[in-house]
Amino acid sequence: MNAFQQYFFDLAQQHPKWNFIYFYDPVQTERVIDGLWMTLQLSVICVIFSVIIGVVGAWVQGAHSKTVRLLMQGYIQFFRNTPPLVQLMFFYFALGQFTPTYSPDGWLEVPIISNVGWAIISLSFFAGAFNVEIFRAGIEAVPESTQEAAEALGMNRLQIYIYVVLPLAFRVTLPALNNNLVNLVKTTTQALAIAVPELLYQMISIYNDYSTAQNACMLFLFFAYIVLVGILVFGMHRWERGMRIPGYGQ
Amino acid sequence: MSDNDWTPDQPLVSIRDVHKSFGNLEVLKGVTLDVMKGEVICIIGPSGSGKSTLIRCVNALNTIDSGSIKVEGQEVHDPNLDKLDLRKKVGMVFQQYNLFPHKTALENIMMAPLKVLKQPQAEVEERAHKLIKRVNLGGKENAYPGELSGGQQQRVAIARSLAMNPDVMLFDEVTAALDPETVNEVLLAIKDLAQDGMTCILVTHEMGFAREVADHIYFTDRGVIVEHGPPATFFTEAKDPRTKEFLSQIL
Amino acid sequence: MKSGTRNNTDLAVLKPFNYSPTGSVHDLQFSRWLAEFSPRSLIFFVFLFSLWPGFALAQSNYSMAQALEALWRWLPFVVGQGFVLNLVVSFLTMLIGTIAGVLLGLGQISPLRPLARSCWFVTQLFRNSPWLVLLFIVMLAFPFEIEIGGRVFQIPDWLKAVFGLALPIMANISEIVRGAILSVPTGQWEAADSLAYSRHQTLWLVILPQCFKRMIPPWMNWYAILTMATPLISLLGVEEIITLSRQAMEAEDNHPELLVPFFGFALVIFFAYCYPIARYTLRLEKRFAIRQ
Repeated sequence: MNAFQQYFFDLAQQHPKWNFIYFYDPVQTERVIDGLWMTLQLSVICVIFSVIIGVVGAWVQGAHSKTVRLLMQGYIQFFRNTPPLVQLMFFYFALGQFTPTYSPDGWLEVPIISNVGWAIISLSFFAGAFNVEIFRAGIEAVPESTQEAAEALGMNRLQIYIYVVLPLAFRVTLPALNNNLVNLVKTTTQALAIAVPELLYQMISIYNDYSTAQNACMLFLFFAYIVLVGILVFGMHRWERGMRIPGYGQ
Repeated sequence: MSDNDWTPDQPLVSIRDVHKSFGNLEVLKGVTLDVMKGEVICIIGPSGSGKSTLIRCVNALNTIDSGSIKVEGQEVHDPNLDKLDLRKKVGMVFQQYNLFPHKTALENIMMAPLKVLKQPQAEVEERAHKLIKRVNLGGKENAYPGELSGGQQQRVAIARSLAMNPDVMLFDEVTAALDPETVNEVLLAIKDLAQDGMTCILVTHEMGFAREVADHIYFTDRGVIVEHGPPATFFTEAKDPRTKEFLSQIL
Repeated sequence: MKSGTRNNTDLAVLKPFNYSPTGSVHDLQFSRWLAEFSPRSLIFFVFLFSLWPGFALAQSNYSMAQALEALWRWLPFVVGQGFVLNLVVSFLTMLIGTIAGVLLGLGQISPLRPLARSCWFVTQLFRNSPWLVLLFIVMLAFPFEIEIGGRVFQIPDWLKAVFGLALPIMANISEIVRGAILSVPTGQWEAADSLAYSRHQTLWLVILPQCFKRMIPPWMNWYAILTMATPLISLLGVEEIITLSRQAMEAEDNHPELLVPFFGFALVIFFAYCYPIARYTLRLEKRFAIRQ
């Protein structure tokens, strides 16, 4: 035990209410790190997927086919309407029944999509639905005339989208996107409902095992998410400032 | 360029009996005109007479309902039109400049040659530097459109079109949105271009300028060409009452 | 063919951006979206969910009729005890959250710098924490009984959940109050100043009456968001609609065919409750917008 661990061990002995068990018990430390890692993975992967869904979805919404646009609208309405908690449960419990299983050892039946997989799918689609709307509004903010100028220079629809519309749309959408992604990181906690071992889940299980660690666990949880959201907000603001177009201040 | 029998002694742009409607509103009612290589023509006329629509049809930003528009023998009114091929030949400058606000002046000029024509970076960059000096904006290479005045932005827009090495340039009321004091610098850039032998089609309200640079002037009203002629005679010997009325209002 | 307006070199490069997500306190995105549905869509949802067991697992021996019959049997339990608790929680949360939020919001615009800074900090802290984390913390931190004047009162779980949900609501109401007050033109403050009103008088007699109406639509918007979030407390074992639905399904031998009718019913009832609120919110907002 090093000095750091010793300090918290002694603290727990003297003040049983402040048992920072995850600072001196390597097993609990590992649980916290695992939980933090899972939350980070969930956040980062869902942020990436949801942004991809948003960009592609907004592109699809501009399609000529009415059926495609209607399908997209249906997707957005469903995911924006229903609470993410119910979505998670719906994906995992209701759709999970139909996923094929495989058998690694001939005895066990393991579904090919785990609960983590369902959480990623469900949360990405949830935040993605908002992103589609955000990007669509951003694209609508790019004047026709600017796109026409690109067309007159010989660009095709895809080139105009990639080189002109998206870079401009992205800039106006950043504040809204920022809000939505913060919301997404906060919503990853709800993956608890389908037993995804993320930070909240791990902290609650530590507390369940060692009731004296209650205060320490709550403190850690509270500040962990504030820091996590803070980092995201800070990064997005930096990015926003970096993307600002000189001469066009808002 | 394309497999047609066009030769340089034929009109570079040939517009034949073009009709165009927006809904119930017929804006072009049978317009016919020719532009020879190296010629500068000005289209004038009251608002709503269809002149902008006409030049937007030349590079297929608008489609036409009937008639024919040929650029170097390539039919524009064709569902299988190779738009890229057309737009390599036809450059266009807009009233609202329409620069890409997130790119510097130089990047605006280089974008299309790099991304559309896939030309090598070094060659495009060299040409862009020459073009920006040609429109008298040396030193503004790295300025963003938002940091430039309207006149400067419009000159970047001209350079951006020229970077594609077009054979004909279309100017759609390019000075209409400008401050009066910056109009001249843009007109000078266009004049310089015209004197270099670039084929130009201008829609403009600047009569003095039209008189000075145009080889031929067309007056349109309510979707038809009412009268046309070389500037020397057009302004002094207009015959049609509509032309006379328009000229008396604007001069 | 428009002739351009002269003397206008500052052309708009971008048109207005017409989106603000639910995360921002002032917009009514949530209500707006909800109000877009036609009342008939509710009937359509009910129809869709009631059809589900029929085509989802037609091969199984548990039929759609049985699933719906089970739902019907459990309805008084699920709604009468479950959903009613969701509503009670939402009312109380909103009451507590509003009182605390107004105080915190007024604190944010206090001329006392330290007070304003700390109120801002508290607001940001609770706005940016996940609701579920706040819920768990309050659930665990609150004692399950308190002693007042020698008598011991039990604090039920659902009451603790109210406090947990009230924290983020408080923070968001605080932002609504701050934003509404700041949206009153500074001329009003100056006019009141010149009439020798004290700061206190200016605030209560001039400023707050003006922005009170402005706060109502976003406040109602947050009420709808909160109500939709109340199923979260099922994760803490509070016996609200989702918890009771699961209990009912367990009592019915956990047939998977029950999942969609039961959860679907929950979706529908939340929708049916929040929809009129959203419509009314938008109507109010429109009315206030015209008057101003």
